[in-house]
Amino acid sequence: MSALSLSLPIAARRTAFGKIVRNEARLAWRRPVGLIAGVGIPVLLMIIFGNITAFKQPSPLVGGYSLFDVYVPILAVFAMAMIALLGLPVPLASYRELGFLRRLSTTPVPRSWLLAAQGVLQLGVALIALAVIFGVSIEEFGAHAPVSPGGLVLSIALSVAGLFPIGLMVAALARTANAASIIGRLAFFPLMFFAGLWLPQDLMPTLLRDISNYTPLGAAVQAMQSSMLTGFPPVAPLLVLAGYAVVFGFLARRYFRWE
Amino acid sequence: MAIAPPLSKESTAAHSGWGTAMSKRPAVEIAHLRKTYGTLTAVDDISLSVAEGEIFGILGPNGAGKTTTVECAIGLRPFDAGTIRLLGLDPLTQRDEVHEVVGVQLQSGALPDKLKVREILDMFQSFYRQPADVRELTNVLGLTEKLGDYYKTLSGGQRQRLAIALALIGNPKIAVLDEMTTGLDPQARRDTWELIKDIRDRGVTIVLVTHFMEEAERLCDRVALVDRGRLVALDTPARLAAQARGGKQVRFVPSDRFDDRLLTDLPEVSVVQHDGQHMVVNGTGELVNAVILTLAAAGIAARDVELVSLNLEDAFVKLTGRHSDTEGAMS
Repeated sequence: MSALSLSLPIAARRTAFGKIVRNEARLAWRRPVGLIAGVGIPVLLMIIFGNITAFKQPSPLVGGYSLFDVYVPILAVFAMAMIALLGLPVPLASYRELGFLRRLSTTPVPRSWLLAAQGVLQLGVALIALAVIFGVSIEEFGAHAPVSPGGLVLSIALSVAGLFPIGLMVAALARTANAASIIGRLAFFPLMFFAGLWLPQDLMPTLLRDISNYTPLGAAVQAMQSSMLTGFPPVAPLLVLAGYAVVFGFLARRYFRWE
Repeated sequence: MAIAPPLSKESTAAHSGWGTAMSKRPAVEIAHLRKTYGTLTAVDDISLSVAEGEIFGILGPNGAGKTTTVECAIGLRPFDAGTIRLLGLDPLTQRDEVHEVVGVQLQSGALPDKLKVREILDMFQSFYRQPADVRELTNVLGLTEKLGDYYKTLSGGQRQRLAIALALIGNPKIAVLDEMTTGLDPQARRDTWELIKDIRDRGVTIVLVTHFMEEAERLCDRVALVDRGRLVALDTPARLAAQARGGKQVRFVPSDRFDDRLLTDLPEVSVVQHDGQHMVVNGTGELVNAVILTLAAAGIAARDVELVSLNLEDAFVKLTGRHSDTEGAMS
């Protein structure tokens, strides 16, 4: 029995995790629905909005900024929401449905690695989407550069922390990949409404805006918009995002089923 | 447990089996395993021991508790009572070590469609400390030409062989294969049997879950027959078949209800079942006398008594007492 070892050495563990992430990336690339929804669509919208001259005129309706300035963080949140609510849970639900999670739990590698790998991959996708949206909108279309880059980074970090566990919860609730995709989309549209996709928060009636401030996407937009246009974001949206991170992190941990 | 092993002959035979198993270190030891799902008892006091280098079959009809037994054994399911050791390791508390030395092929366990065979093998290979060589493994399994193909495009047989490859990729000391030839055509099935023998010859202990009588007969050194969660018999395939040949079956209509235990406690009786108003009792020796006398002593008359002699093909049915869901498997 002495020949038997406890588990993989650190370097080998890193290799194994890397191989899982790489296969996850291949899968995401070969069936690029998640990439199209999470990166393609928001980037395309950004390019369209960036080409509408009227969108780039300062408007008293939105505090003297241009509508484009207001929409850049909304599109950033669009990307993050797609990735968190669809990109993350749909593959996980499908792996459970296939029995791939179960298959993995018969190997020395913990099945939670697949979750972690998917999280790492989707985080990477989100960062690429955000880099393109912020970078191109500022460099190419003259969007407002962030007044508080530190605030923006913090807002993005807390948005990821708040949104990804909601996606895990979607994977927990859904029995199948199809169900995950339906639940994800059902959650996406109302949440995106409160994020101001159809009506920016500044234009919302007070009641809607108050509700919006407590929704995850509304808070994310608020935090990023402040960082972009005025300065370090107010505490309220950051706390709201942190709250979602804690509550949904707990719920997802509690309710996620491996089989 | 309160209930004695159903066939005294089989239990002594099983002990002689244990004797040979004891001469080497047991690869798998299961003692008094019990697993319930709510009110359903899926595994009821199963004990068995598999010697190193053995091809050990767990045979039984669908729903007999075979899969549950192996899933408990490999640490995939918690169980209610009993102990399990794999090469001395506890699958519940030493999962990592167990999974390092035990390769598993599950009945359910598909892989993502859009991964290529090579990518899947390469990933699983990285999970183990001393993995097998992918080239060699795919050569042996006839998967080399499929390395660049998507999982989606593989036939049922190729998927099955890939699953076996994944069970062996960690260079395991024990391979647990659950229904590995289900869905294969007869030729592929025979090829797989040869392969399993080769793997055993390399020193791997094989635990084979199957509901194919022929597979168990051709391949296994010993077979545990499981039915309704219980170990019905444990012996070499040849001896099991011989027992079945000498076995008898009595059908009758009892004049009153009674506890099956009345008959299962008899040494001559192996299995008692109900078929409508008929009772069907399998066993050996002076079965009819034993049954009739015991019932008479309890004040119960047996009407329409029929004695059926069993042949080899009936072995499985007789020992497990199942007909319906095994017909496909018997053909």
